[in-house]
Amino acid sequence: MPKDHGIGASSKRREDVRFLTGKGTYTDDMNIAGQTYAVMVRSSVAHGRIVSVGTSAAEGMPGVLAVFTGEDFAAVGGNPAGWLINSRDGTPMREPKRPVLAHGKVRHVGDAYAAVIAETYQQAKDAAQAIADASVIEELPAVVNMAEAVANASNRVHDEIPDNLCFDWGWIEDNRAKVDAAIKSAPHVTTLELVNNRLVPNAMEPRASIGEYFPGTGDYKLTTTSQNPHLTRLLVAAFVMGIPENKLQVVAPDVGGGFGSKIYHYGEEALVLAAAKKLARPVRWTAERSESFLTDAHGRDHVTKIELASDKEGNFIAFRTETLANVGAYLSNFSTATPTFLHGTLMSGPYKVPNVYVNVKTVFTNTAPVDAYRGAGRPEATYSLERVIDKMCRELGLDPFEVRRKNLLTPDQFPYQSPVGLMYDTGNYQATLDKVCEMADVAGFEKRRAASAAKGKLRGMGLSTWIEACGIAPSNLVGVLGSRVGLYDAATVRVNATGNLSVMVGAHSHGQGHETVFAQIVADKLGVPESSVEIVHGDTARIPFGMGSYGSRSLAVCGTAMDKALDKIIAKGKKIAAHMLEAAEGDITFGDGKFSVAGTDKAKTFGEIAFSAYVPHNYPLETLEPGLEETAFYDPANFTYPAGAYICEVEVDEGTGKVDVVAFHCADDFGNIMNPMIVEGQVHGGVGQGIGQALCEFTTYDENGQLLTGSYMDYAMPRAEDVPFYNVDYSCQTPCTHNPLGVKGCGEAGAIGSPPAVVNAVIDALQRGGHTHVTHIDMPVSPSRVWTAMNA
Amino acid sequence: MHNFDFVKPASIADAVKAMGHDGAQALSGGQTLIPTMKQRLAAPTVLVSLTGISEMKGVCMGEGGLHIGAATPHAVVAAEAGAVYPALAALAAGIGDPAVRSKGTIGGSLANNDPAACYPSAVLASGATVVTNRRKIAADDYFQGMFTTALDEGEIITEVVFPIPQKAAYVKFNQPASRFALTGVFVAKYPGGVRVAVTGASASGVFRWAEAEAALSANFAAGAIAGLTVDASGMIGDLHGTQAYRANLVKVLTGRAVTAAG
Ligand SMILES: Cc1cc2nc3c(=O)[nH]c(=O)nc-3n(C[C@H](O)[C@H](O)[C@H](O)COP(=O)(O)OP(=O)(O)OC[C@H]3O[C@@H](n4cnc5c(N)ncnc54)[C@H](O)[C@@H]3O)c2cc1C
Repeated sequence: MPKDHGIGASSKRREDVRFLTGKGTYTDDMNIAGQTYAVMVRSSVAHGRIVSVGTSAAEGMPGVLAVFTGEDFAAVGGNPAGWLINSRDGTPMREPKRPVLAHGKVRHVGDAYAAVIAETYQQAKDAAQAIADASVIEELPAVVNMAEAVANASNRVHDEIPDNLCFDWGWIEDNRAKVDAAIKSAPHVTTLELVNNRLVPNAMEPRASIGEYFPGTGDYKLTTTSQNPHLTRLLVAAFVMGIPENKLQVVAPDVGGGFGSKIYHYGEEALVLAAAKKLARPVRWTAERSESFLTDAHGRDHVTKIELASDKEGNFIAFRTETLANVGAYLSNFSTATPTFLHGTLMSGPYKVPNVYVNVKTVFTNTAPVDAYRGAGRPEATYSLERVIDKMCRELGLDPFEVRRKNLLTPDQFPYQSPVGLMYDTGNYQATLDKVCEMADVAGFEKRRAASAAKGKLRGMGLSTWIEACGIAPSNLVGVLGSRVGLYDAATVRVNATGNLSVMVGAHSHGQGHETVFAQIVADKLGVPESSVEIVHGDTARIPFGMGSYGSRSLAVCGTAMDKALDKIIAKGKKIAAHMLEAAEGDITFGDGKFSVAGTDKAKTFGEIAFSAYVPHNYPLETLEPGLEETAFYDPANFTYPAGAYICEVEVDEGTGKVDVVAFHCADDFGNIMNPMIVEGQVHGGVGQGIGQALCEFTTYDENGQLLTGSYMDYAMPRAEDVPFYNVDYSCQTPCTHNPLGVKGCGEAGAIGSPPAVVNAVIDALQRGGHTHVTHIDMPVSPSRVWTAMNA
Repeated sequence: MHNFDFVKPASIADAVKAMGHDGAQALSGGQTLIPTMKQRLAAPTVLVSLTGISEMKGVCMGEGGLHIGAATPHAVVAAEAGAVYPALAALAAGIGDPAVRSKGTIGGSLANNDPAACYPSAVLASGATVVTNRRKIAADDYFQGMFTTALDEGEIITEVVFPIPQKAAYVKFNQPASRFALTGVFVAKYPGGVRVAVTGASASGVFRWAEAEAALSANFAAGAIAGLTVDASGMIGDLHGTQAYRANLVKVLTGRAVTAAG
């Protein structure tokens, strides 16, 4: 019987009622008396020297209240990089200042160099246009292609950085010589050069911010589309604006998707606060969709050469990669961590391979900043590995299923110290591989292929395995690796006098369903109805200092903090029960929502304990405090390591090159499952995004740095018709060994594991169809690219 | 968007009068014009809505074939043209999404003449007549290249008249992002011969593929065009498809359209 309540039940997502009935409250839904409108003046060239900003053109225009330029922020701080990465030679990365408004130069199309505040949105738009028309920006040659950026020292995104390199990172540098030697002497080496295509996050809700200033108290309030309000507060207050943290409240209300792009602090947030103070009126800004395309932090954008050394039977000997990773024009908060510690550390995958070396050169270009996007670094690692393994199998005439099976780590090898610095705590990769083969009816493929052939279609099957490090992250480990922040989380459980609960969590839900799942866990643990638990998130004035949501961390890290706070609630409840029942604290047991004296029928319900905590008429106050509210901070001992195996089947239309994904099977190990329906939804969404990356999405800049895919007319998002009905399984469970819930995280899995499965399937289809010269096609595997490859 | 005045006349005569205002522009379904205005790429001072003019709406048989009012939304064509001209109804049903189809109109589509729009191929392959407040324009004279038509300043399309073919089909290959036609081919067989019109592919807009028309007029079978090649040099080459790819699509889709037409 499936559970209908608590942990393991598919409780319906309570937040969906408001989302689906139009009753959500997103930033742009809020209207505040006296509000004004900000519009940014954005560069139309990718690279240019700001000769003059035509602010005077806006003077006297109707409704214009204030104009800001880069000058106004010259004295404040820049948006900081959250990770310090050192180059192979030990020198620290180059960290150019990222100003609130561009100063001196503009560095990508969409870079804001001025802002107008006006009484109405249209007035602000008119004035922004007037300023843009009157500004003089001397266009400079754009740095777009990464290889050219590194080679051409005369053309610089940042004048002080001669080779446009942020850093040249080796992981692990001590392994380099050993890996080189292993590859040199290996019986077989397969080489593949590939592009991990740049993606625009395309959250359904564009970024929006409202700044308020209260002259009476000197307090500021920022309402903004953030995945992590406390981190945003820290960045805006301490690093950029110099506002005391206790004078700034950050609220991230309902947020319509982030996928990483709303982790970061953006200049518009500082701008609306500065403007609100200057005008003593609320200042609001909402991105237009075109601004989202131009200025949200993009994802991926790696160019990689990977070498896989093996024996002739396909036993892996070494992996070596060289990657150029685009960071765009400025460092976004985590853009230096994504291509390094979220990528290089996963480059041994779920495999036993003794020698791995990763080199990443991170490059500035005149394009939008690039940062973590669903999966962040791990999809890039997985894609490189899983593509090169398939290529190796083809070169050696080996079966891709068998090659993977014999190279996978075996269950007896855990805990496993990988050659690239991680300690995998637990897993069973054979189990997920076996499971997915069963789900996909691999044996029946030939029959399905023949049926497709009868319709004139080429059919192919692609496999990928994947692993990720998530539950981000142990602070002491990431501290050693260069992180400038801690990555713990926090929760406060407040039991109200009438027995219902308000649970304040540091994680932020922007579509994931925390309000439902976290309540299930609380209800299960305390034996109370889910409906009596309210999950509060997204407001620095209400929640403890947590680090927000990204990196599949909410449940593993914040959920654990909540679990620990619940332990404290139970411990306190036992104290109260001992007093009320006149028993020794050690004799009190808790279960089924009741505190009982062991071996007797004396008991108090959870509600009675809660009430007494707030009506403490006869408490022994020296030993028992009133109230029932506890906070816990939790910093994980390790990452969590979800893993799985995916099989994709495609049909290719030879006449047009169009690829249809006709089946997609996922066998994942997420450890324990709190809400199966939500887990399935997360996998569906992730795989959908992965299919989007594999088949459709392609952010393209021309040689002048103009974004050619700046709207949905040219940026292809996957639609319902592009994806199949997914076949998802999570029954292979090796619970995480170091968090009490035994959970690993499922938010990014689908986006990590699916792109190589799709591309492997396409290449398989073409190979089986006789197009044996096609060994690789870069993503997106669009109809034109597939047809061109077949007919090359 | 800039400010503008809005008028909604009830007759063609009043619409023509309203179009006499300085900076006046016709507004039909608004699916092209409104986004352009939002991006501030167009700034008409007066919008003359055509959707309140009942004589410009509806689908019915009449002299010369099927008459479709210029302000008839795609969804209405999809629902009502099927009995007499199924290929045309199917084309309308494949434009955009439900919201676009319930607003966007045939007249707007033809006036705009987007090189990737669907209707121009049907109009050209059917040898239809574009009727305006001033004259009747044969399809072969109407389309004059990307976003260019025979319409004069202020001229309003009032209806389109489609002769009914013996057999016809439209096959559209979607541009992956916009889902307009990356290439679309409309094949129509009439007693006087076969007409093949191609949209989406050519840098000069919708065109007739004469060699295929000749081959198919002699033998209306997909195999009849097997020996033909399409010159890639005049094709559009962009992010979504090279010139050679589009040339290939012209041929592949023509064959499929012939098969679909039966
Ligand atoms: C998301 C989306 C997807 C789409 N997909 C497709 C597709 O797959 N295939 C396709 O073919 N089209 C597609 N379209 C375009 C759609 O068909 C539009 O309806 C069409 O381009 C314009 O028609 P309209 O009635 O909206 O015209 P409007 O936007 O109102 O007007 C367009 C232009 O025509 C002029 N005009 C309008 N009516 C007349 C008239 N009677 N006489 C003279 N001039 C006139 C206007 O002044 C304006 O310049 C899509 C549009 C959108 C927004």
